[in-house]
Amino acid sequence: MPGPVQSIERAAAILRLLARGSGPLGVGEISESLGLAKATAHGILRTLLDVGFVEQDKATGKYRLGAAFVHLDSSYLDVNELRSRSINWADALAARSGETVRIGVPLESSVLVVHHVFRPDDSMQTLDVDSRLPPHATALGKVLLAYDADLAGRVQRSGLTSFTRRTITTPGKLAQALAAVRDAGWAAETGESVPGEASIAAPIRAHGGLVVGAIGISGAMERICDASGRPTRRQVDTVVDAARSVSRDITSSK
Amino acid sequence: MAQRYVMSIDQGTTSTRCMIFDHSGRLVSIAQREQQQHFPKPGWVEHDALEIWRNVDRLLPQALREARLDSAQVVALGIANQRETTVLWNKHTGTPIGRAIVWQDMRTDELVEQLRGEPGAGEVIRRCGLPLATYFSAPRISWMLENSPGLRERAENGDVLFGTMESWLIWNLTGGSDGGIHVTDVTNASRTLLMNLDTLDWDDELLSFFGIPRPMLPGIRSSSEVYGKTTRVVPGVPIAAALGDQQAALFGQTCFSAGDAKCTYGTGSFLLMNTGNEPVRSTHGLLTTVGFKIGTEPARYALEGPIAVTGSLVQWFRDSLGLINTAAEIETLARTVEDNGGCYIIPAFSGLFAPHWHSEARGIIVGLTSYITKGHLARAVLEATGWQTREVVDAMNADSDLTLNTLKVDGGMTADHLLMQFIADVLGVPVTRPMVAETVSLGAAYAAGLAVGYWPDLEALRRNWHRAAQWTPRMSTNRRSTEYANWQRAVELTFGWMRPHEGTR
Repeated sequence: MPGPVQSIERAAAILRLLARGSGPLGVGEISESLGLAKATAHGILRTLLDVGFVEQDKATGKYRLGAAFVHLDSSYLDVNELRSRSINWADALAARSGETVRIGVPLESSVLVVHHVFRPDDSMQTLDVDSRLPPHATALGKVLLAYDADLAGRVQRSGLTSFTRRTITTPGKLAQALAAVRDAGWAAETGESVPGEASIAAPIRAHGGLVVGAIGISGAMERICDASGRPTRRQVDTVVDAARSVSRDITSSK
Repeated sequence: MAQRYVMSIDQGTTSTRCMIFDHSGRLVSIAQREQQQHFPKPGWVEHDALEIWRNVDRLLPQALREARLDSAQVVALGIANQRETTVLWNKHTGTPIGRAIVWQDMRTDELVEQLRGEPGAGEVIRRCGLPLATYFSAPRISWMLENSPGLRERAENGDVLFGTMESWLIWNLTGGSDGGIHVTDVTNASRTLLMNLDTLDWDDELLSFFGIPRPMLPGIRSSSEVYGKTTRVVPGVPIAAALGDQQAALFGQTCFSAGDAKCTYGTGSFLLMNTGNEPVRSTHGLLTTVGFKIGTEPARYALEGPIAVTGSLVQWFRDSLGLINTAAEIETLARTVEDNGGCYIIPAFSGLFAPHWHSEARGIIVGLTSYITKGHLARAVLEATGWQTREVVDAMNADSDLTLNTLKVDGGMTADHLLMQFIADVLGVPVTRPMVAETVSLGAAYAAGLAVGYWPDLEALRRNWHRAAQWTPRMSTNRRSTEYANWQRAVELTFGWMRPHEGTR
C-alpha cells in the first residue's frame, strides 16, 4: 500500500495555517512557517487557487481561504454559472445533432434541468428549465447516478418508478447499467421514459474529474438510434465532444 | 470541389475577432485578440489603430489554419466594427495621426456644448437623424483638426484620410498607401453626424457646420457590395460587406422586415428596430439610423435605443459591492427571493440615455426598508435591464406605427433565464434567442455572402435562423402596470441631481 502523499499533507498544512484567522498571508510567510521551499509553497498555492480553496488578494498578492473551501458542503459550481459557461457549446450541439439539448444537475433524488436548447426545426417548443426528470429513466440521470454513489443510493431508496415497459425498475439492473456508463463514459436511454424517444448524455467534469452535471440530446428513437435500436456512433461522438468542450471551459478558467 | 465559406471580422471595443461560417450559418472557426485600451486622461479613451491592423493581419490566417482551410475556399469577407470610433491617417505612409478616439471618449463635451449654441445646430438632427452629442464621430474629427497644427491644411489637400474602423481596415487590406480603397458603408456613415439621411451622401451644410474638409472623407457605399479584393494578408478575397456592429447584429438576427427588432444585451444594450424604406424621425428620444443597404436596393432604416448601463450594473454589483463572485451568480442570488421587495435601482451612472437623455441624472436605490436583503437588490439589478428595455420599446411604438410583436435577443446576458423571462413579462411579447449567439459576426458574414451570391437572397438567410429558446409573458397585466409605474416614479427621482459646474462625478 502506498504511503501518504506528501503534497496533499502540505496542502492540508497550508489550509490549516490560513484557517487560523490572523489575516491573509504572503507566500514567503507561508513557506517560512512550514519550512517549505518558496517554489514548493507557491506551486501548491497556485493549485489551491485553481480549485477555489484559496483566494488571492488583488492588491497585496496575499492568500486567504477561498469561499469554495469555507462552504465545501454547498454546490461546487453555481448552476447559473454552469449554464453561462456551456451556452455556446450547447447551441453547437443542438445545431450539429439536430436534436433538443438539455443540461442537468442532481437535486434531491431527481435531475434538475438547468439549461434547454430547442430542437433546431422551429416547431413550437416550450422551455423546461427548472423542471425535474427521473434519474433512472433518462440518459442525463444515468450519467449523474453513475458518478455519484450518494445520489444513486437515494434514488434506489425512493423506488424506481416505471414509465414504460422498458424502464429499469430493479436495483440490480440499474447497477449493471451504471457500471456500463462508467466503462463507456456516456449514457443512453431508449424508450425508457417515453415510448419511441431516446436520449444520450455525457458527464461535465470540473477540476480533478469531479462530475458537476450532464449534457445530452433527446429526440425520436429513429433519429438517435440505428436500425438495431442502439444510439448511432455519430450522435454519441457529438455529445461526448460537447461535454468535453464544456469541461475544458470550466477547468481552464476557474 | 472543395467546400466554400464566408469570413468575417468583428472589430470591437475590447478585441478583434475573426470567424468563419459555413453555408448553414454555422460557426466553423474563431480567432480572437484583445487590444490595449489607452486612458491618457479622465474621460479619454483611445485605441492604437496600427495595433488593431496588426491583430487583423494575424487573425485572418489563424482562423483559416484552425479550420484547415485555404484562402481560396473563402468566397467573401465581411466587416463589423465598433461604431463612431475615429481614425485619421496619412494617405501616403499609412501612419495614423495619433491614436484613434474611441466612441466612449468624452473629450469633445465642451466643443459639443459650444456647437449647440451656434447657428445651424438645430439643423443637425433634421439632416442626419442624430442629436448633437459627444457619442458620434464628427466632433472628434473637428477636435483632432483643431488640436494638431497644420492638420487641417493637409486634410484639405487630401493628404490625411478619415475613417471609422471598417474604413481603416478596408484601406489597409486593399493595399494601404499602395492603392488602398477608401470607403465606408451607409450604416457607419450614418453615425458620423455628417451624412444626410435622405440622400445617403455627405451633407455640405453639416460639413461646413463641423468645419470638416470633404477630401478627407471616404466614399459612402452599400453595406453589402464588393468594395474590392484583398491584396494583403489573405490576398484575393472579395471584401463584400461592412456594417456597424449593432446593425450587423440586426442583420445576423435576420430582422429584414419592418417591425423586426433585436436587442443585444452586453455591458450596455442596443435595441434596434427595422422601420422599412423611410427614416422615422423620433420625437421620443431615439436615434434614427440606417439599418443596412444591400447593393443597389433602397436603404433600410432603423430606430435605435442605446441603453448605457445593463451588464455593467451586474459587474458593479460583483466588483464594487462584492455581493457575488461571478456575473452569472446574480441569478442565483435573485432567486433566493420571490420579488424585489419594493426596491428599485436606477443605474443612471453617467446620466440616463434613451429615451430620457438626462445627462445630469445620477443613479439611485429607492424603496429601502429593513426587509430588503441582497437577494432583493439582485432582483432590482436584473429588473433595471428589463424596465429600461420597456422604456425604449414604448418609445419605438410611439414613434413609428409599427408594433413590436416579438423581441430577438443576443449577447452574454441571454444566459440569464430569470432576466429573459422578466423582459418577456414586462414587454408582454415573446422573447427569442437564436441558436448562433455570435450575431454581429454572422451579420457581417451574411451581408458579404449575399453580395457574392453565396446565399441567393434574404429568404435563404431567414431559413438559417433557428430558435434556441423562447420566453413567453407570464406576468399579470395588473402587476405589470403597478411595477412599471413604480419604476417610472423611481426614474423621476434621479433627474436634476447634478448641478452645473459640480464636476463630472
